[in-house]
Amino acid sequence: MLHIVNKSPFENTALASCLRVASKGGDNALLLIEDGVYAITKNSDAGKAVQAVMGGIKVYALMPDVEARGMQDRVLEGISMVDYAGFVDLVIEHNNVQSWL
Amino acid sequence: MSEAAGDFDDEDGSGTIKKFMFLNRKAPYGTVYALEGLEVVLITAAFDQDVSMVFMDDGVYQLVKGQNTKAIAMKNFSPTYRALDGYDIEKLYVERDSLEMRGLSEDDLLVPVEVLSSAEMQVLMSDQDVVIAF
Repeated sequence: MLHIVNKSPFENTALASCLRVASKGGDNALLLIEDGVYAITKNSDAGKAVQAVMGGIKVYALMPDVEARGMQDRVLEGISMVDYAGFVDLVIEHNNVQSWL
Repeated sequence: MSEAAGDFDDEDGSGTIKKFMFLNRKAPYGTVYALEGLEVVLITAAFDQDVSMVFMDDGVYQLVKGQNTKAIAMKNFSPTYRALDGYDIEKLYVERDSLEMRGLSEDDLLVPVEVLSSAEMQVLMSDQDVVIAF
């Protein structure tokens, strides 16, 4: 399943709830978009939470949103960057999609 | 004319100067708050008020260097923060805890700011006549 988070991890519990559920097994991927991309900042509280689940969940981020926010040089190792076409590919590749609004 | 009304209409037309704090707590592009707040700050400064801008929580992201919004087709308004001193807005404050939680430091910011502890922030806030939050 593809999980999509678009809110800052400091603003609400969307990312925390997503990670809590998705880290319990199965074949899960996480795509961070919009303010959700702040979650993959190195040395941040949220970054540590993402890093902790990266063994079991493949994590992607939408590059246009990362660059807009000036965070491109502050991203954790091991995150895969995708463009809009890559976003579409991820949706197609996964059997279903959940947006954590 | 009453004395109170006189406060707002001095003979030279300049009126009373109040201390305004604009408290920014939202990230720049996910919502319109940051951009709208910046517009209000510029308007306030045009009325010769004593303006302070504070960045806390996700508001600190507004000041991150290297923003490039080309691929999301939105206006990159971050250069405006560097133009604020041209409007005599020179008091920019950032809360230290907000930076640290986000893995950021003063070096990541695109304008010179004063970094305050939450205790110092409390003193600054209490000293204001008006606090407007975005």
